[in-house]
Amino acid sequence: MPVDSVVAARNLCFKYDGAEILHGITLTITAGDYIGLVGPNGSGKTTFIRTILGLLQPTHGSVALFGRNTSAFTGWGKIGYLPQKLIGFNPEFPARVREIVSLGLLGTKRFPRRLDSSDVPALDATIALLDIQDIQNKLIGELSGGQLQRVLLARALVSRPEFLILDEPTTALDPETRDTFFNTLKDLNQNGRVTIIIVTHDIADIGKYASKLLYLDKKIIFYGSFEDFCSSPDMASYFGEFAQHLICHRHT
Amino acid sequence: MELINFLSYGFIQRALIAGSFIGLLCSLLGVFLVLRRLSLIGDGLAHVTFGSIALGLLLNFYPLYIAIPVVMLCSLGILKLMERARLYGDAAIGIVSSVGIAGGTLMASIAGGFNVDLFSYLFGNILAISTTEVVISMALSGAVIITIAVFYNELFSLTFDEEFARATGIRTERINTVFILATALTVVLATRVVGILLVSSLLILPAVTSLQLAKGFKIAIVISCITGVLSVIAGIVVSFLMNLPAGATIVMLNLLFFIAAFIYRSVHRE
Repeated sequence: MPVDSVVAARNLCFKYDGAEILHGITLTITAGDYIGLVGPNGSGKTTFIRTILGLLQPTHGSVALFGRNTSAFTGWGKIGYLPQKLIGFNPEFPARVREIVSLGLLGTKRFPRRLDSSDVPALDATIALLDIQDIQNKLIGELSGGQLQRVLLARALVSRPEFLILDEPTTALDPETRDTFFNTLKDLNQNGRVTIIIVTHDIADIGKYASKLLYLDKKIIFYGSFEDFCSSPDMASYFGEFAQHLICHRHT
Repeated sequence: MELINFLSYGFIQRALIAGSFIGLLCSLLGVFLVLRRLSLIGDGLAHVTFGSIALGLLLNFYPLYIAIPVVMLCSLGILKLMERARLYGDAAIGIVSSVGIAGGTLMASIAGGFNVDLFSYLFGNILAISTTEVVISMALSGAVIITIAVFYNELFSLTFDEEFARATGIRTERINTVFILATALTVVLATRVVGILLVSSLLILPAVTSLQLAKGFKIAIVISCITGVLSVIAGIVVSFLMNLPAGATIVMLNLLFFIAAFIYRSVHRE
C-alpha cells in the first residue's frame, strides 16, 4: 500500500436484500487526487462513498482510510463530507448557520467534544472562504438551496480536511455559483493538496476540473486519467465511439 | 402573606421542587425529541409505564421501582425496532405503546382491586409526592441533565444530520441508546407530575413553544426549559389556589404559552 494512500479498497462488495450493489471494487486513491465519480442511476456511487466513510459495512472485502481499516479509523477530522441531501431536513430547525458550520469541527475533537475559543479562527476563515459572512447568523431554514449547499460545504471544510467527499454537491446551484464552487475546490486541491472525490452525473463537465475519472456501474468500468479515458479503445466500445468523442470534446 | 403561607406547606414545597426538576428535564429532552420527530415517544413510554405500574401494584412492589427498569427496557425495544426491523419511529412507538396498555389492562383485570391507585398514576398527583420521591426525582433528574450536557454537541449534531454525525466519528448508536434511556427515565418521573395520559404534553409543548421563538439551538433549549419549569410552578400554584387538578392545569398553561408564542411569531413575521 503506498505511503500516501488515502483510500485503499480491496475486493469491496456490498449487497442489499440480496441484490448486488457493488462488486469487486479494488482501487487506491492517493493524496492530491481529484476524482470525478460518475455512473448511471443505481450504479452504486453513493453506496461506494458511504462504504468509504464506514456508514455501510461491506459484505465482502475491506476499505482502509489513510492506511487504517475504517472500523479502526479514528482520524475523522481529516475527512470532510458533503452528503447528497439532508435526510429528513426540517426547515424549522432552530439552528443558525454558524452553529451548523461548527458541527464540522466535532470530528477533530475527543469526548466530550467541546468547542472553544481556539476554534473561532477556523470557523471565521471557513465562513469567509465560502463567502457566507452575511448569512452566518441566519436560521438554517431561511436559506435558499444554493446558500444551504455552501453552508454544508463550509461544515465539510471547517476541519481543514485532507480528504473531501462530495456527493452531487452542485444540484442546487445556479451556473455562476457552480463555477465559483468548482474553482474553490480546484484551489483546495492544487494549493491546499486536498484529495477530492466528487460524485456527479455530468461526466463531461467534471472532466474540466478533476484529474481522474472513476466510472462505476456496480463494478469499476474505468479508473484513470481523462486522457487515458479518451484514448481507450475499451471505453470506445463500452460507450460507443461517438459518445466517447462527445465527452472528450466537451472535456477539452 | 398568603404566598408565604402557601409556601410553608410541606407538600407544596415538595411538589414545587420535584416539579421544577422534572419540568426542566422534560423540556430539555423535548427539544431533541420534537426535532427528531419522536414527539410521541412520551406517549408510548407512558403507556408502558401504565403497564409496569399495574405490574408493580399486582406484585405489591413500589410501582416506580418496577416502572423504571421496565420502561427503560422497552425504550431500548423501540430503538432496536427502529434500527433493526426497518420500522419508522411512529410504528415502533405504536407497537410498544399498545403492548404496554394491553399488559396493564390485563394485569388490572387479573388483580381487580387497585383501580383507585392506578387512577392517580393516570392523571398524576404532584401534590401527593413523598419526600423519598422528591429525592429520587432530584437525583435522577440531575443525572439525566448532566448526561445531556456532556453529550450536548454530539446530540445536536445527530439531531440535525445523523449521517454527517456518523461521518465525523460520532458513535450515534451509543448516543441514541443513552438518549432513549434518559427519555424513559424522564417519562416515568413525569407521570407523577402530569400523569400517564398527559406526559407527552410536558415533553412536546415547551419544545414547540421554544421553536416559535428561538433564533438558535442553545436559545431554543433555554426557552424550552424556562417555559417548562414556569408552567409546572405556575400550574401547581394555580391548581392549589383554584382547587383544580395540577397535571391538567400544567398542560393548559403550557398550551397558553404556546398560543402566546405562536401569536408573537405571527405578528413579527408580518
